[in-house]
Amino acid sequence: MPDNGHPYLFLALFVGIGAAFCLGMLGLARLWAALVSPAKPGPSKNAPYECSVEARGDAWVRFRSAYYLYAIIFLIFDVETVFLLPFAVAFTRLSAGAFVAMMVFLLLLVEGLVWAWRKGVLAWH
Amino acid sequence: MSLDAGLRSELSKQGVFTTSLAELYNWGRKNSIWPLNFGLACCAIEMIAASMARFDISRFGSEVFRPSPRQADLMIVAGTVTKKMAPQVVRLYNQMPEPKYVIAMGACAISGGPFKQGYNVLKGIDRYLPVDVHIPGCPPRPEALLHALISLQQKIAGQKLTGPDRPPHLQEDAPSEYPIPVFGAYDLEPSKNPEVWQPPTLARKE
Repeated sequence: MPDNGHPYLFLALFVGIGAAFCLGMLGLARLWAALVSPAKPGPSKNAPYECSVEARGDAWVRFRSAYYLYAIIFLIFDVETVFLLPFAVAFTRLSAGAFVAMMVFLLLLVEGLVWAWRKGVLAWH
Repeated sequence: MSLDAGLRSELSKQGVFTTSLAELYNWGRKNSIWPLNFGLACCAIEMIAASMARFDISRFGSEVFRPSPRQADLMIVAGTVTKKMAPQVVRLYNQMPEPKYVIAMGACAISGGPFKQGYNVLKGIDRYLPVDVHIPGCPPRPEALLHALISLQQKIAGQKLTGPDRPPHLQEDAPSEYPIPVFGAYDLEPSKNPEVWQPPTLARKE
Protein backbone atom coordinates (compact mmCIF):
# COMPACT_ATOMS: atom_id res chain seq x y z
CA MET A 1 0.00 0.00 0.00
CA PRO A 2 1.53 3.32 -1.02
CA ASP A 3 1.68 5.66 1.92
CA ASN A 4 0.43 8.78 0.23
CA GLY A 5 -2.32 9.78 2.60
CA HIS A 6 -3.65 9.40 6.02
CA PRO A 7 -3.62 5.77 7.24
CA TYR A 8 -7.27 6.06 8.24
CA LEU A 9 -8.35 7.47 4.90
CA PHE A 10 -9.92 4.15 3.95
CA LEU A 11 -12.18 4.36 7.01
CA ALA A 12 -13.53 7.71 5.90
CA LEU A 13 -14.01 6.30 2.40
CA PHE A 14 -15.81 3.26 3.84
CA VAL A 15 -18.16 5.41 5.91
CA GLY A 16 -18.81 7.78 3.02
CA ILE A 17 -19.55 5.09 0.45
CA GLY A 18 -21.66 3.13 2.92
CA ALA A 19 -23.75 6.16 3.83
CA ALA A 20 -24.12 7.12 0.16
CA PHE A 21 -25.27 3.61 -0.68
CA CYS A 22 -27.93 3.58 2.07
CA LEU A 23 -29.14 7.11 1.42
CA GLY A 24 -29.17 6.48 -2.32
CA MET A 25 -31.39 3.44 -1.94
CA LEU A 26 -33.74 5.29 0.40
CA GLY A 27 -33.80 8.25 -1.95
CA LEU A 28 -34.62 6.03 -4.91
CA ALA A 29 -37.48 4.45 -2.95
CA ARG A 30 -38.78 7.91 -2.04
CA LEU A 31 -38.46 9.06 -5.64
CA TRP A 32 -40.31 5.98 -6.90
CA ALA A 33 -43.12 6.52 -4.38
CA ALA A 34 -43.41 10.19 -5.34
CA LEU A 35 -43.51 9.38 -9.06
CA VAL A 36 -45.98 6.50 -9.29
CA SER A 37 -47.40 5.47 -5.94
CA PRO A 38 -49.79 7.84 -4.16
CA ALA A 39 -49.77 7.79 -0.37
CA LYS A 40 -53.03 6.59 1.10
CA PRO A 41 -53.20 7.07 4.84
CA GLY A 42 -56.38 6.24 6.72
CA PRO A 43 -57.75 5.89 10.23
CA SER A 44 -57.14 2.13 10.47
CA LYS A 45 -53.76 2.30 8.80
CA ASN A 46 -52.59 5.06 11.11
CA ALA A 47 -53.87 3.34 14.24
CA PRO A 48 -51.05 2.46 16.65
CA TYR A 49 -52.25 -1.08 17.35
CA GLU A 50 -52.10 -3.84 14.79
CA CYS A 51 -53.73 -6.78 16.55
CA SER A 52 -56.95 -5.72 14.81
CA VAL A 53 -58.88 -5.24 18.02
CA GLU A 54 -59.49 -1.62 18.84
CA ALA A 55 -57.73 -0.36 21.92
CA ARG A 56 -59.97 0.44 24.87
CA GLY A 57 -59.18 2.62 27.82
CA ASP A 58 -55.83 4.02 28.71
CA ALA A 59 -52.44 2.37 28.51
CA TRP A 60 -51.38 4.20 31.68
CA VAL A 61 -53.01 1.83 34.15
CA ARG A 62 -51.88 1.61 37.75
CA PHE A 63 -50.83 -1.57 39.48
CA ARG A 64 -51.55 -2.08 43.16
CA SER A 65 -48.48 -1.56 45.28
CA ALA A 66 -49.37 -4.78 47.17
CA TYR A 67 -48.15 -6.62 44.12
CA TYR A 68 -44.56 -5.97 45.06
CA LEU A 69 -44.83 -8.38 48.03
CA TYR A 70 -45.69 -11.17 45.63
CA ALA A 71 -42.80 -10.11 43.46
CA ILE A 72 -40.35 -10.21 46.37
CA ILE A 73 -41.50 -13.63 47.58
CA PHE A 74 -41.29 -14.93 44.04
CA LEU A 75 -37.80 -13.52 43.70
CA ILE A 76 -36.59 -15.24 46.88
CA PHE A 77 -37.75 -18.64 45.70
CA ASP A 78 -36.52 -17.94 42.22
CA VAL A 79 -33.01 -17.42 43.60
CA GLU A 80 -33.45 -20.50 45.79
CA THR A 81 -33.97 -22.59 42.65
CA VAL A 82 -30.60 -21.46 41.36
CA PHE A 83 -28.99 -22.89 44.49
CA LEU A 84 -31.17 -26.00 44.58
CA LEU A 85 -30.12 -27.18 41.15
CA PRO A 86 -26.36 -27.63 41.83
CA PHE A 87 -27.31 -28.95 45.27
CA ALA A 88 -29.37 -31.69 43.68
CA VAL A 89 -26.68 -32.50 41.11
CA ALA A 90 -23.93 -32.84 43.73
CA PHE A 91 -26.18 -34.41 46.36
CA THR A 92 -24.49 -37.85 46.62
CA ARG A 93 -21.02 -36.36 46.99
CA LEU A 94 -21.88 -33.85 49.67
CA SER A 95 -20.54 -34.03 53.21
CA ALA A 96 -22.90 -33.96 56.16
CA GLY A 97 -21.85 -30.39 56.99
CA ALA A 98 -22.74 -29.15 53.51
CA PHE A 99 -26.09 -30.92 53.71
CA VAL A 100 -26.88 -29.33 57.05
CA ALA A 101 -25.84 -25.89 55.73
CA MET A 102 -28.16 -26.28 52.75
CA MET A 103 -31.00 -27.41 54.97
CA VAL A 104 -30.52 -24.37 57.20
CA PHE A 105 -30.68 -22.17 54.11
CA LEU A 106 -33.89 -23.86 52.92
CA LEU A 107 -35.48 -23.72 56.36
CA LEU A 108 -34.74 -20.01 56.60
CA LEU A 109 -36.53 -19.42 53.34
CA VAL A 110 -39.46 -21.65 54.27
CA GLU A 111 -39.69 -19.84 57.57
CA GLY A 112 -39.93 -16.58 55.63
CA LEU A 113 -42.71 -18.03 53.54
CA VAL A 114 -44.59 -19.23 56.59
CA TRP A 115 -44.17 -15.82 58.17
CA ALA A 116 -45.52 -14.09 55.04
CA TRP A 117 -48.38 -16.52 54.86
CA ARG A 118 -49.30 -15.97 58.52
CA LYS A 119 -49.19 -12.22 57.95
CA GLY A 120 -51.76 -12.65 55.19
CA VAL A 121 -49.52 -11.44 52.39
CA LEU A 122 -50.61 -14.23 50.08
CA ALA A 123 -54.29 -13.28 50.33
CA TRP A 124 -55.31 -10.84 47.63
CA HIS A 125 -57.40 -8.03 49.05
CA MET B 1 -43.00 2.80 -26.32
CA SER B 2 -43.43 -0.90 -25.85
CA LEU B 3 -41.09 -3.14 -27.73
CA ASP B 4 -42.40 -5.17 -30.62
CA ALA B 5 -42.83 -8.80 -29.56
CA GLY B 6 -41.16 -10.15 -32.69
CA LEU B 7 -38.14 -7.87 -32.35
CA ARG B 8 -37.91 -8.82 -28.74
CA SER B 9 -37.93 -12.51 -29.57
CA GLU B 10 -35.22 -11.99 -32.16
CA LEU B 11 -33.12 -10.03 -29.70
CA SER B 12 -33.46 -12.72 -27.06
CA LYS B 13 -32.32 -15.32 -29.59
CA GLN B 14 -29.19 -13.24 -30.08
CA GLY B 15 -28.66 -13.10 -26.34
CA VAL B 16 -29.91 -9.54 -25.81
CA PHE B 17 -32.30 -9.26 -22.90
CA THR B 18 -34.79 -6.42 -23.09
CA THR B 19 -37.24 -5.31 -20.46
CA SER B 20 -39.21 -2.30 -19.34
CA LEU B 21 -39.23 -0.54 -16.01
CA ALA B 22 -42.75 -1.77 -15.25
CA GLU B 23 -41.81 -5.36 -16.03
CA LEU B 24 -38.75 -5.17 -13.84
CA TYR B 25 -40.80 -3.63 -11.04
CA ASN B 26 -43.54 -6.23 -11.33
CA TRP B 27 -40.98 -9.03 -11.53
CA GLY B 28 -39.57 -7.92 -8.22
CA ARG B 29 -42.99 -7.50 -6.67
CA LYS B 30 -44.48 -10.78 -7.78
CA ASN B 31 -41.59 -12.80 -6.44
CA SER B 32 -41.74 -11.38 -2.95
CA ILE B 33 -45.38 -11.49 -1.94
CA TRP B 34 -45.29 -11.63 1.83
CA PRO B 35 -48.45 -13.11 3.34
CA LEU B 36 -50.03 -12.04 6.57
CA ASN B 37 -49.51 -14.66 9.24
CA PHE B 38 -52.97 -15.60 10.37
CA GLY B 39 -55.36 -18.51 9.96
CA LEU B 40 -59.02 -18.73 10.77
CA ALA B 41 -59.92 -22.41 10.59
CA CYS B 42 -58.84 -25.76 9.17
CA CYS B 43 -57.72 -24.24 5.84
CA ALA B 44 -54.93 -22.66 7.83
CA ILE B 45 -53.50 -26.14 8.40
CA GLU B 46 -53.22 -26.55 4.64
CA MET B 47 -51.67 -23.09 4.43
CA ILE B 48 -49.11 -24.12 7.05
CA ALA B 49 -48.47 -27.33 5.11
CA ALA B 50 -47.87 -25.23 2.01
CA SER B 51 -45.24 -23.24 3.86
CA MET B 52 -43.40 -26.35 5.06
CA ALA B 53 -40.71 -28.37 3.32
CA ARG B 54 -42.92 -30.71 1.30
CA PHE B 55 -44.85 -28.06 -0.59
CA ASP B 56 -42.38 -25.26 0.06
CA ILE B 57 -44.09 -22.00 -0.75
CA SER B 58 -40.69 -20.35 -0.54
CA ARG B 59 -40.03 -21.54 -4.09
CA PHE B 60 -42.33 -18.69 -5.06
CA GLY B 61 -40.87 -16.12 -2.71
CA SER B 62 -43.82 -16.12 -0.32
CA GLU B 63 -42.40 -17.92 2.66
CA VAL B 64 -42.03 -14.76 4.71
CA PHE B 65 -45.24 -14.87 6.74
CA ARG B 66 -45.41 -11.56 8.57
CA PRO B 67 -47.14 -11.33 11.95
CA SER B 68 -47.80 -7.64 11.41
CA PRO B 69 -50.13 -6.25 8.74
CA ARG B 70 -47.72 -3.35 8.26
CA GLN B 71 -45.23 -5.63 6.55
CA ALA B 72 -47.60 -7.88 4.61
CA ASP B 73 -48.65 -7.74 0.96
CA LEU B 74 -51.07 -10.62 0.81
CA MET B 75 -53.94 -11.64 3.03
CA ILE B 76 -54.74 -15.33 2.79
CA VAL B 77 -58.21 -15.66 4.30
CA ALA B 78 -57.80 -19.30 5.27
CA GLY B 79 -60.99 -20.60 6.79
CA THR B 80 -64.43 -19.79 8.06
CA VAL B 81 -64.99 -16.11 8.72
CA THR B 82 -67.44 -15.77 11.55
CA LYS B 83 -69.41 -12.59 11.90
CA LYS B 84 -67.56 -11.95 15.12
CA MET B 85 -64.25 -12.17 13.27
CA ALA B 86 -65.18 -10.30 10.09
CA PRO B 87 -64.58 -6.78 11.47
CA GLN B 88 -61.14 -7.82 12.63
CA VAL B 89 -60.29 -9.29 9.23
CA VAL B 90 -61.40 -6.11 7.47
CA ARG B 91 -59.43 -3.99 9.90
CA LEU B 92 -56.31 -6.07 9.32
CA TYR B 93 -56.78 -5.59 5.60
CA ASN B 94 -57.13 -1.87 6.11
CA GLN B 95 -53.89 -1.77 8.05
CA MET B 96 -51.89 -3.42 5.30
CA PRO B 97 -49.88 -1.03 3.12
CA GLU B 98 -50.39 -0.75 -0.63
CA PRO B 99 -50.29 -2.74 -2.81
CA LYS B 100 -52.28 -5.44 -1.08
CA TYR B 101 -53.93 -8.57 -2.34
CA VAL B 102 -56.45 -11.04 -0.95
CA ILE B 103 -56.70 -14.76 -1.56
CA ALA B 104 -59.95 -16.30 -0.30
CA MET B 105 -58.93 -19.85 0.50
CA GLY B 106 -61.48 -22.62 0.76
CA ALA B 107 -65.23 -22.98 0.52
CA CYS B 108 -65.86 -21.06 3.75
CA ALA B 109 -63.87 -17.99 2.83
CA ILE B 110 -65.44 -17.74 -0.61
CA SER B 111 -69.05 -18.53 0.29
CA GLY B 112 -69.53 -19.74 3.84
CA GLY B 113 -69.05 -23.32 2.70
CA PRO B 114 -70.62 -26.11 4.73
CA PHE B 115 -71.41 -23.61 7.48
CA LYS B 116 -73.28 -21.26 5.18
CA GLN B 117 -76.54 -21.79 7.06
CA GLY B 118 -74.91 -20.99 10.38
CA TYR B 119 -76.28 -17.94 12.10
CA ASN B 120 -72.83 -16.55 12.76
CA VAL B 121 -70.98 -17.39 9.55
CA LEU B 122 -70.13 -14.77 6.97
CA LYS B 123 -71.15 -15.96 3.53
CA GLY B 124 -67.85 -15.12 1.91
CA ILE B 125 -65.22 -12.51 2.71
CA ASP B 126 -65.77 -10.96 -0.73
CA ARG B 127 -68.77 -9.20 0.78
CA TYR B 128 -66.35 -6.80 2.44
CA LEU B 129 -63.01 -7.09 0.70
CA PRO B 130 -61.91 -7.07 -2.93
CA VAL B 131 -60.74 -10.66 -3.40
CA ASP B 132 -58.15 -11.29 -6.10
CA VAL B 133 -58.13 -15.08 -6.19
CA HIS B 134 -60.79 -17.52 -4.97
CA ILE B 135 -59.76 -21.10 -4.22
CA PRO B 136 -62.54 -23.68 -3.96
CA GLY B 137 -62.10 -26.82 -1.90
CA CYS B 138 -62.84 -27.99 1.60
CA PRO B 139 -60.05 -27.63 2.40
CA PRO B 140 -58.06 -26.93 -0.75
CA ARG B 141 -54.84 -28.86 -0.98
CA PRO B 142 -51.57 -26.95 -0.63
CA GLU B 143 -51.08 -27.29 -4.39
CA ALA B 144 -54.30 -25.31 -4.83
CA LEU B 145 -52.89 -22.53 -2.67
CA LEU B 146 -49.71 -22.57 -4.74
CA HIS B 147 -51.83 -22.37 -7.88
CA ALA B 148 -53.66 -19.38 -6.45
CA LEU B 149 -50.33 -17.78 -5.66
CA ILE B 150 -49.11 -18.34 -9.21
CA SER B 151 -52.36 -16.88 -10.55
CA LEU B 152 -51.81 -13.85 -8.35
CA GLN B 153 -48.24 -13.55 -9.62
CA GLN B 154 -49.53 -13.57 -13.19
CA LYS B 155 -52.01 -10.88 -12.28
CA ILE B 156 -49.26 -8.74 -10.74
CA ALA B 157 -47.00 -9.31 -13.74
CA GLY B 158 -49.66 -7.84 -16.02
CA GLN B 159 -50.24 -4.68 -13.99
CA LYS B 160 -49.32 -1.35 -15.52
CA LEU B 161 -47.59 1.58 -13.90
CA THR B 162 -49.43 4.31 -15.78
CA GLY B 163 -52.62 4.76 -17.72
CA PRO B 164 -56.28 4.60 -16.81
CA ASP B 165 -56.25 0.81 -16.30
CA ARG B 166 -53.46 0.86 -13.75
CA PRO B 167 -54.12 -1.12 -10.57
CA PRO B 168 -56.07 0.49 -7.71
CA HIS B 169 -53.05 1.06 -5.48
CA LEU B 170 -51.61 3.44 -8.08
CA GLN B 171 -54.85 5.38 -8.53
CA GLU B 172 -55.23 8.45 -6.39
CA ASP B 173 -58.95 8.11 -5.77
CA ALA B 174 -59.22 4.33 -5.34
CA PRO B 175 -59.99 3.45 -1.73
CA SER B 176 -57.25 2.01 0.43
CA GLU B 177 -59.47 1.19 3.39
CA TYR B 178 -62.85 -0.45 3.33
CA PRO B 179 -65.63 0.22 5.84
CA ILE B 180 -65.36 -2.00 8.89
CA PRO B 181 -68.68 -3.67 9.70
CA VAL B 182 -70.04 -3.38 13.23
CA PHE B 183 -71.26 -6.37 15.19
CA GLY B 184 -74.89 -5.38 15.53
CA ALA B 185 -77.82 -6.86 17.39
CA TYR B 186 -78.77 -9.40 14.72
CA ASP B 187 -76.22 -9.20 11.98
CA LEU B 188 -73.19 -7.32 10.83
CA GLU B 189 -74.01 -3.76 9.91
CA PRO B 190 -73.80 -3.21 7.02
CA SER B 191 -74.27 -6.80 5.91
CA LYS B 192 -72.18 -6.21 2.80
CA ASN B 193 -70.10 -3.56 1.11
CA PRO B 194 -72.07 -2.72 -2.05
CA GLU B 195 -68.96 -1.25 -3.66
CA VAL B 196 -67.23 -4.61 -3.79
CA TRP B 197 -70.10 -7.08 -3.72
CA GLN B 198 -73.63 -7.17 -5.06
CA PRO B 199 -76.01 -10.07 -4.57
CA PRO B 200 -76.46 -12.05 -7.78
CA THR B 201 -79.63 -11.18 -9.59
CA LEU B 202 -81.91 -14.12 -10.13
CA ALA B 203 -83.73 -14.11 -13.47
CA ARG B 204 -86.95 -16.05 -13.11
CA LYS B 205 -88.79 -17.34 -16.10
CA GLU B 206 -92.43 -16.39 -16.26
